Amino acid sequence: MFEAIASGLAGLTAGFLNLQWSNVVMIGIGCLLLYLGIRKDFEPLLLVPIGFGAIMVNIPLADLMEAHGFLKTIYDFGIITELFPLLIFIGIGAMTDFGPVLENPYTFLLGAAGQFGIFLTLLLALALGFDKLDAVTIGIIGACDGPTVIYVASQYAPHLLGAVSVAAYSYMSLVPVLQPPIMKVLTTEKERRIIMKTHKRSVSKTTRILFPIIITVVGGLIAPKGLPLLGTIMLGNLMKESGVVPRLTNASQNEIANIVTLLLGISVGATMSGPQFVKPQTLIILSLGLLAICLDTVCGVLFGKVLKVLTGGKVNPLIGAAGISAFPMSARVVQKEGFKYNKRNYLLMHAMGANAGGQIGSVMAAAVMLSVLKGMGII
Amino acid sequence: MDNWTFGLSMLIVGMGGTLLTLLLMSVLMAILKKIFPVKEGEEER
Repeated sequence: MFEAIASGLAGLTAGFLNLQWSNVVMIGIGCLLLYLGIRKDFEPLLLVPIGFGAIMVNIPLADLMEAHGFLKTIYDFGIITELFPLLIFIGIGAMTDFGPVLENPYTFLLGAAGQFGIFLTLLLALALGFDKLDAVTIGIIGACDGPTVIYVASQYAPHLLGAVSVAAYSYMSLVPVLQPPIMKVLTTEKERRIIMKTHKRSVSKTTRILFPIIITVVGGLIAPKGLPLLGTIMLGNLMKESGVVPRLTNASQNEIANIVTLLLGISVGATMSGPQFVKPQTLIILSLGLLAICLDTVCGVLFGKVLKVLTGGKVNPLIGAAGISAFPMSARVVQKEGFKYNKRNYLLMHAMGANAGGQIGSVMAAAVMLSVLKGMGII
Repeated sequence: MDNWTFGLSMLIVGMGGTLLTLLLMSVLMAILKKIFPVKEGEEER
C-alpha cells in the first residue's frame, strides 16, 4: 500500500521533476507576452493566446504537442494545412479599405519599396549561415504581416514558426517606436514640412469591385505560388466592396476572424517549447526580424525621396515609411510625424494609400518569392 | 546553387519582380479609373 501511495505521489511531482530550465524561461516569456498584451495593449488579440499557448506547452508531461494532444490537433488542423492564415486573410480583405491606394495608384510603388527589407535580410541571414529556406522565412518577417509570415514559415521552416511569428507580431506593434527616428534621420526638416494636396474622391464603385478581381488574376498569373495569399485577401475585399453578401462580410470580419485568431495564436504559442526555442539562433532571428522592419522603413523613405524629386517636390518622403503592411498603424505614424513639423500638413490619406499598397506589396513580395523559389527548383 | 548566387538572384528577381508587379498593378488601376470614372450622383465613400 505504501508503494502505491508513493507511486501516486511520484505522479504528482513528476511535472516539477521534469521541468527543464528552458521551460522555465519560456513560461517567463509567455508571461511577458501576456503582460505586453494585457497591460501595454501591444497586439493583445494575438499576444494573449500566443503567450498562454507558450505557457501551456512548457508544462512537462501534459503532452499537448504530442500526437492527438490538444494543441497538436489544432496545429495540424490549421497551421500545417495553412488554413488559419488564409482564413485570417479573408477577414483582413473584408476589413481593409483599398480606396486610398486607388485614389493614388502610384502609392502601390511605395508598397513595393517597403518590402526591400525582406530581401536584404534574406541576404544577411544567408551570410550568417542559415540555409536557404530558413533565410527566406527569416526575411519574410520584413513583410511586417503576421499571416504571411505564418503561411511561409509553416510550409518551409516550421521549426522557426514560433520565433518568426512572435517577431512579426511584436515588431508590428512597435512600429510607432521604430519608425520615427529612422524617418527623422533620413529626411530634412524642409522635406518633412512638404504639404501634399488632397484630391476629390475619384474611385467609382465599379473600379472598387473590379480591383480585387484584376489583382487576383494578374498577381496570380505572375506569382501562382502565392495565389492563396492574394486570392483570399482579395476575396474578402470583393465581398466588402460588392455589398451583396453582408452576412459573409460580417462573418469574415468578426466571427471567422475572431475564432481563427484565437486558434492561430494558441497554435503559434504551442510551437514555443523551451528545448526548441531557447537557443542563440532564436535571438539571431529576432534581431534579423527587427533589422528587416527597420530596412523596410529606410527603403520606403528613400523611395519617397526619389518620388519627391520625380514629382518636383510634390511628394512628402515621410509617406514612404507607410509602405509596409502594419495597417493602419504606420499611416498614423506618418500623419503624426508630418503634423509635428507642419500644423497644416495632413498626410493621412496619402499615407493610407502607401499603407494599403504595403499590404498588397507584402503579399505580392511573398508570392513572388515563393514563385521564384519554385522556378529555381528549391521548393 | 551556392548561397550567394541564391541570395543575389532572390534580391534581383524577387525585389524586381515585386516592384514590376506593383508597377503593373498601379498602371492597371489608373486605367481602370479612366474607364470607370465616378458617375454624376454616385455616392461618395
